[in-house]
Amino acid sequence: MDFKDSPEQAAFRAEIRSWLQANATAKSAGGGRKDQSDAYEDAKAWYKKVADAGYACLNWPKQYGGAGLSDIHKVIWSQEVANYAEPDGYFVIGIGNCGPAIMHFATEEQKQTLLPPMASAETVWCQMFSEPSAGSDVAGLRTSAVADGDNWIINGQKIWTSGAQHSDYGVILCRTDPTISKYRGMTMFFIDMNQPGVEVKPIKQMDGGAHFNEVFFNNAIIPDAYRLGDVGGGWGAALLVLMNERLAIAGVQPDGFPEFLQLVKTLHIDGEPISANPAVRERLAEWYYKHAGIKASTNRMLTAVAKGGMPGAEAALGKLVGAVMNQDIADYAIQLLGDAGVICEPDIAEQQAHFQKTVLFSPGIRLAGGTDEVMRNVIAEQVLGLPQEPRADKGLAFNEIPSGNQSR
Amino acid sequence: MNFDFSDDQKNIQDQARSMLAKECNSSVVRHVIDTNSGFDEALWQQIIALGWPAISIPEQHGGLGLSYLELCVIATELGRSLAPVPFIASVYLGTEIIKAAASEQQQAEWLPELASGEVISTVAIGSDKSSCRVSNDTLNGSKSAVLHGMIANRAIVAASDEQDELQLYLVDLHHSSIQRTTQNSLDPSLPRAELVFNNTPAIKLSGTLSAKAAISRVFDRAAVLLAFEQVGGSEAAIDMAKAYTTDRYAFGRQVASFQAIKHKLADMFVAKELAKSNAYYGAWALSADAPELALAAATARVSGIDAYYLCSKENIQAHGGMGFTWEFDCHLYYRRAQALSTLLGGNPYWKSLLVDRLLAA
Repeated sequence: MDFKDSPEQAAFRAEIRSWLQANATAKSAGGGRKDQSDAYEDAKAWYKKVADAGYACLNWPKQYGGAGLSDIHKVIWSQEVANYAEPDGYFVIGIGNCGPAIMHFATEEQKQTLLPPMASAETVWCQMFSEPSAGSDVAGLRTSAVADGDNWIINGQKIWTSGAQHSDYGVILCRTDPTISKYRGMTMFFIDMNQPGVEVKPIKQMDGGAHFNEVFFNNAIIPDAYRLGDVGGGWGAALLVLMNERLAIAGVQPDGFPEFLQLVKTLHIDGEPISANPAVRERLAEWYYKHAGIKASTNRMLTAVAKGGMPGAEAALGKLVGAVMNQDIADYAIQLLGDAGVICEPDIAEQQAHFQKTVLFSPGIRLAGGTDEVMRNVIAEQVLGLPQEPRADKGLAFNEIPSGNQSR
Repeated sequence: MNFDFSDDQKNIQDQARSMLAKECNSSVVRHVIDTNSGFDEALWQQIIALGWPAISIPEQHGGLGLSYLELCVIATELGRSLAPVPFIASVYLGTEIIKAAASEQQQAEWLPELASGEVISTVAIGSDKSSCRVSNDTLNGSKSAVLHGMIANRAIVAASDEQDELQLYLVDLHHSSIQRTTQNSLDPSLPRAELVFNNTPAIKLSGTLSAKAAISRVFDRAAVLLAFEQVGGSEAAIDMAKAYTTDRYAFGRQVASFQAIKHKLADMFVAKELAKSNAYYGAWALSADAPELALAAATARVSGIDAYYLCSKENIQAHGGMGFTWEFDCHLYYRRAQALSTLLGGNPYWKSLLVDRLLAA
């Protein structure tokens, strides 16, 4: 058991440290979330810079725009870049989820064309799984793809698509056969987001931002060459994508603790340091051991990955614990600030209004990528092996499943 | 980075687990509780034969000279099986305090008997330090809640010296001047006793560390080892809840298929897994004698206490009424969770230490 780099890893760490020191923006005392379109432009510029230096997608093969290095090199990169104020995880869904889908299922020619600009974020990708009637029950999706000669015609609606408004391409899961069981009747494709028949509408969220979108498909025609995997193999392909997602997001899920610690170290109330307050100290202890536990769990997972394994369903833990904590910490910090806690002005609110922004944005994180409840089901069923709840859709063809508020 | 135990260490763990599964089922634990015998002598002899008390003792003192990581994997299994033996008292505490506070010469004299299992040691170094005084090498006063105090041969006792400074003393518990009384406690499989000293001969531990520093060092180490015991116990409680709710039917279906139960078990798993990962980090810091140990130990301790309490109480809940019976083993884990959490000072004490160390880091 050790945290030491091998000599080769140590040399790599030293190399990227010096590159980052020369090229990355230092963390300012503040931090906090940027305006959405500025953040997007900043992220594109950062990814291009990284790609030009040869550090994009370190664990991808060189011919696809990567560096041909291992997952551990990627981890070393993430650890080092975390010391800077760069949006290094901005395109994680495209690169972390869509990338492996293309890598696994596309033709050699497509891979060579599509992947290098994805790695440098010159083209941006989104993932379209969720639908208005297929949230936690994502396999209940209804967007149809109907074969028409060598083409497929797509109709329907996706929702909660992160970054669709900025995306050039998307990976989409469609219903290709509604007459068989729901898990077997799906197929995965990719699609040009700027083509006719595709319309993106940003969703104004409760925090005022618009990170997520609705995407409408109205007779959007794509060639069969855009199919990823077998017809009817969409669910298996989706599971592969989600398994890769666990690795891509390992350790990047914010839990709010570093910001809370910074606040506690600096805040005084009535001249007394808040860190002396017993109630605050109680929270600090509990949140710290959770924060440390998530970090150490990630390190255990990465050790397994370095030995050739894939992250298991226990990776759901980081998201489940971190997302709730992030919300609760933001609330608690605001309570500590009293009346001033409601003020959202970035130039006067602590840490550029980090806590005010987080208290409004964090409810979404508890829902996105699997709700708290879905995460608990995943742990209960896939890790602990508990039986599924009886399901009303078992043994039925998709088009015979009761659908309540949705028309078919 | 390699944040896992080695294959050799995992083998040791597997062997420990199968030995304990065979030799330490719950009827062994219950026998100790029912008869107030303090410990299971046969199991303790097997543990000695396997050399576990000798693991962290240097070879020149008759030990195996292995790392603390071997002790961590064994701690997990002792916790899982609720082993009713004086391993915590004699190994994590009794041996470690001698390693930390005794002179080289004293270590050469005392450690071999601990390695061979001839001597069972305990400690009385907890909160009531002012209750004992030593003058002219004789000890007077009393100590309460001494772990395995009835069956230990020796104790290391914290007491004030003539200058009113805290010191550590070795005491032979068979000496006629000592009155020992069993105290009823929440977990009689980790029994406590009151020791009353009346002009008892005491030998001062004369190593270089101060008593206070030595106690702190030993508590940090024991905190990590106890966290592994807590993880083992939590896993056993989860397994028990899973087995019962999977076998039992209500409303025509398996109880474990209800989301209310599944989510309860998922929460137990999450708490246990956080505690396990924190214990791993503590194990690394312990084995590397890293400066991170202070914070890592407090973190592992608090995380372990919370996880075992949650898992042991929700295991009772998942069993329904049967969980409240003496016959079902749920209360054995619940009792053990209480006993382990109060050793070395309870949750509030360690939380406060954690925060002090976090803010100083």
